[in-house]
Amino acid sequence: MQTHAKKLLVVITEGALEKLLARDVRRLGAHGYTVSDVRGGGERGERAADWEADRSIRMEVIGDEAVIGTIADHILATYCPNYAVSMYVADCGVLRPHKF
Amino acid sequence: MDVVVLFFLLGLGARLAGSDLRLPESLYEALSIFLLLAIGIKGGVELAGQPLAIVGPQAVAVIALGILIPLIAFPILRSLGRLNRFDAGALAAHYGSVSVVTFAVAITFLTSRGIDYEAYFPVFVVMMEAPAIVVGIVLARRGATDKPVAWGALAHEVLLGKSIVLLLGGLAIGWIAGPSGIVPVKALFTDLFKGVLALFLLEMGLVAGGRAGEIRRYGVFLVAFGIGMPVLSAAIGIAFALAMGLSPGGIVLLATLAASASYIAAPAALRIALPEANPGLSIAASLGITFPFNITLGIPLYSQMAGWAAALGGH
Repeated sequence: MQTHAKKLLVVITEGALEKLLARDVRRLGAHGYTVSDVRGGGERGERAADWEADRSIRMEVIGDEAVIGTIADHILATYCPNYAVSMYVADCGVLRPHKF
Repeated sequence: MDVVVLFFLLGLGARLAGSDLRLPESLYEALSIFLLLAIGIKGGVELAGQPLAIVGPQAVAVIALGILIPLIAFPILRSLGRLNRFDAGALAAHYGSVSVVTFAVAITFLTSRGIDYEAYFPVFVVMMEAPAIVVGIVLARRGATDKPVAWGALAHEVLLGKSIVLLLGGLAIGWIAGPSGIVPVKALFTDLFKGVLALFLLEMGLVAGGRAGEIRRYGVFLVAFGIGMPVLSAAIGIAFALAMGLSPGGIVLLATLAASASYIAAPAALRIALPEANPGLSIAASLGITFPFNITLGIPLYSQMAGWAAALGGH
């Protein structure tokens, strides 16, 4: 099996941002993304996903280091000051590099 | 106390006692879709027989009421509450907008007492949803030019949000189908309404109980505002209702709509339009304080107030 090195960006944040983030990552060069509903807690309190205004999401984006870096910087500057955001970047290996 | 309120108290008590009971999110979604459609359909059937000449001016008055309430709430929050303009604007928007479930509880309150009301009232629910959200945002953003509001995206969020689409859609379906056309779906949307509302209120009790920690954090002013503001709004709503010439039940419903605070449409829209506002503050007030107050003590109180006002006015 041959893998190709890419970066995986994981953003855990408020459900209210889903549409905005989806638009932003596409605009900044990502080929795709995956979103799932999650719940958890942090320094801004618990986000138990009790009802629709309390939803949290996890967005995963795989891409080249430059694209992932641009997206991460954009999120840091645009959303981190006012929204609950947890974000990390990891190395990953993909099998079909043209997809990302 | 109406039986549906007991379900709310069960949920509230269970969460306060630390139970981890929760309804599946998909059930919550399904129940809320059902309630919005059912309320819309019922109003639509009745709307068919109403002349637009009566409903039109009343709808304009109701929009004015939705604009007025945040204009009153904002200075109270700024001066007495010492809140920053973002939090004050967000809270004002929540309190000017409406809670459909509170409205549904008011309808069951009137129905169980045999009090008549204008059955096309769901039209007014739709009319009151959005104006206050716009007013709250304008109040908070006034003078600030650094971050222009994306009004297009906001309009999409609010006007095509679940509650307006389903309420308006239900109104249209009921209006087009008429009393005879609605018969095949009546067993689901009319006969089961109260049972579904009860189940939904159980969930709302659990969610409201989950706000207890936040309420303790924000302190006495928020509790006072969460109870005082709806009573003040109800009084203004009653004045509007009398001027509009509504029936006794209609007066109670408009008072309840004025008193209710949004916890679905407003939070979603404001999170995007006013990111600087603390969402926990608005939710603790509208869902943790005002919603429980309205459905337990508020609606009976507004009914009393409506009676006093009608007596004063010689109705």
